[in-house]
Amino acid sequence: MRITQGAFSFLPDLTDEQIAGQVQYCIDNGWAVNIEFTDDPHPRNTYWEMWGLPMFDVKDAAGVMFELNECRKAHAGRHYIRVSAFDATHTWESVRLSFIVDRPENEPGFALERQEIDGRRIHYRTTAYATVKPEGARY
Amino acid sequence: MDAMTDDLKRADDAIDFRAEFANSGVADVFDELERDLVGLAPVKKRLKEIAALLLVDRARARFGLSAVSPTLHMSFTGNPGTGKTTVALRMAEILHRLGYVRKGHLVTVTRDDLVGQYIGHTAPKTKEVLKKAMGGVLFIDEAYYLYRPENERDYGQEAIEILLQVMENQRDDLVVILAGYGERMERFFQANPGFRSRVAHHIDFPDYSAEELSQIGERILAGMNYRLSETAADAFERYIELRKAQPHFANGRSIRNALDRARLRQANRLFNSERPVTADDLETIEADDILASRVFSGGIDSYPPQQKEPNG
Repeated sequence: MRITQGAFSFLPDLTDEQIAGQVQYCIDNGWAVNIEFTDDPHPRNTYWEMWGLPMFDVKDAAGVMFELNECRKAHAGRHYIRVSAFDATHTWESVRLSFIVDRPENEPGFALERQEIDGRRIHYRTTAYATVKPEGARY
Repeated sequence: MDAMTDDLKRADDAIDFRAEFANSGVADVFDELERDLVGLAPVKKRLKEIAALLLVDRARARFGLSAVSPTLHMSFTGNPGTGKTTVALRMAEILHRLGYVRKGHLVTVTRDDLVGQYIGHTAPKTKEVLKKAMGGVLFIDEAYYLYRPENERDYGQEAIEILLQVMENQRDDLVVILAGYGERMERFFQANPGFRSRVAHHIDFPDYSAEELSQIGERILAGMNYRLSETAADAFERYIELRKAQPHFANGRSIRNALDRARLRQANRLFNSERPVTADDLETIEADDILASRVFSGGIDSYPPQQKEPNG
């Protein structure tokens, strides 16, 4: 099951050129671009591991693509990698754009579990099949 | 440029290089270069050649001829104060206007910015700098310090390897300019043959003649709204002759420093003068301000001041 999180996730995977274009847009707006990765695809897993530091002083997308390729070397195929852009201007101070750039080849998806409690009430719970295994060995 | 790509398919189409040159905005940069930089004829000539090559490549691309993006990494050699950094800054702008680099910013670094202090520190540090410079020009001042043959465990070698790799693989993203004094750069290139083959343009910056130096002095002063009185101009010419013959002469930089010290003396003179000061006084540097220099009494006019007599 294809994970859809962040922008562009219903589109086909972005090519490197398209990623660089989006990154350049973020840089031109003065946002700091970050590269993050995780192997826990749960939608409520908000805080991913950061790859290096936020790139505050990179002026060209090529710098970010360089880091992204480094990150891919280490994690591609086994982790989700996303690019996020942080806007530090006063009153924004939050992430303005975030999109997945790399995903595991095989995404098993989620299990929906139902739990009966307090008589007939039902609790629903989603678990990613991947997270059954320990971190680092999931994909 | 993209809009015109479709128009130029036929072989009998022609491109007017003069118009092209003017339109690219490079002409303006060269005019500025000519105006702002005294002398340096071989350097200017070389820059024009590079600009011509890039323009021709652009024209070839429009006709659909293959245009391999040229290697533009450069090495600037020359004595101190011959304008290497200034030209590097212009280079970034020229390359930007020609569309060869996307952003046209200049990142100036020295060994300290590239080489780390412990194992595993160098690679991230060098990569950080390279990332910052991408889309622009990386200017490595005194590049020969990167290589220290006397210490085989020096981390400089690691920085050099990463640099070489990026210079080769990401030619489109980044232009590297190495700068340093001629002789030591030569030794550096001999020890690192990889560098020599990846650096396409070796540009040598000649020393300035006395006449050029005094022109530089005038421009520096004009830029700060100062001028030399007639006697001061004579004194300054003599100063240049004397200073040129002394050790540690750093061309343009020495001139700037000498003028800064002359301004200091002028300020002091005005401050201590009895009569009220006019705008003209504030603007003019007199012969005395220049003649007070240690150079005229056989000393070297540089910081730190050399103590002639021991204290006490």
